Amino acid sequence: MTPLQICLLISSLLFAIGLAGALTRRNAIIVLMGIELMLNAGNLNFIAFWRFGPNPEALTGIMFVIFSIGIAAAEAAVGLALIIALYRHYKTTDLDQINSMKG
Amino acid sequence: MSVTLCILAILILGGAGAAMALPRLIHCALALALSMAGLAGLYLQMNAQFVGFAQALVYIGAVAILIVFAILLTGGEGTAEVGRFYGSWRMGVGIALGVLGVLGLAVLSSRALAGQAVPVPEAQVREIGDLLMTDYVLALEVIGLLLTAALLGAVILAMPSASARTGSATHPAKDQDA
Repeated sequence: MTPLQICLLISSLLFAIGLAGALTRRNAIIVLMGIELMLNAGNLNFIAFWRFGPNPEALTGIMFVIFSIGIAAAEAAVGLALIIALYRHYKTTDLDQINSMKG
Repeated sequence: MSVTLCILAILILGGAGAAMALPRLIHCALALALSMAGLAGLYLQMNAQFVGFAQALVYIGAVAILIVFAILLTGGEGTAEVGRFYGSWRMGVGIALGVLGVLGLAVLSSRALAGQAVPVPEAQVREIGDLLMTDYVLALEVIGLLLTAALLGAVILAMPSASARTGSATHPAKDQDA
């Protein structure tokens, strides 16, 4: 296996772990953490293709990851604010019990 | 596969698995920080120093702390959750395994990935700064705007609603004034 394939396999595993967590856990915070893990798997792919790809001097992968980290930070802030607002309303973060759109 | 890569892979995947499986929320957040630290180390190992340090700063420094704060504010830090998985968790795990199978098969069977040796690239911070100020300057401006909007939106979302504030008779600010 080439180093690129090893990196891609690590990132596939990371994505699958994040997806399994986001699909099976009931706590909203853990679901958000699973989404963060999936985003990071994507970032790892960008870096791996930049490092082992044919045109490393273009720096496109690096740029993508820098912007992606910025967007992930914004997403985490808004997501956690939503969870706090939900908790204030329902007094729980269990997604099974948050089952109505209107109060 | 070098020893360093092996250790980092164990750190990343073990941290991620623990973050998704442990019963206590605070342990999950710490395991997530461990996984992010492993990823930052992997970026440094792959000669992407700027991204590695950005990952450490943003994820370990900001996102993990934000998650810990959210756990504390929602009061879930002390007790282990009883039924922490959905009843139909087998389906979720099955979907994840299916995705992993497809991705792994594609990676392992692809001929485009079969390696030609490439020179070790260098991403100088100076070049990154140059690019951010020339080719990607519009994207930089837009992401600055996005982060400002996200900051304001997060504050507004997390604030108690206006009706709840005016409806409560014992408002702390009013009490202070009186």
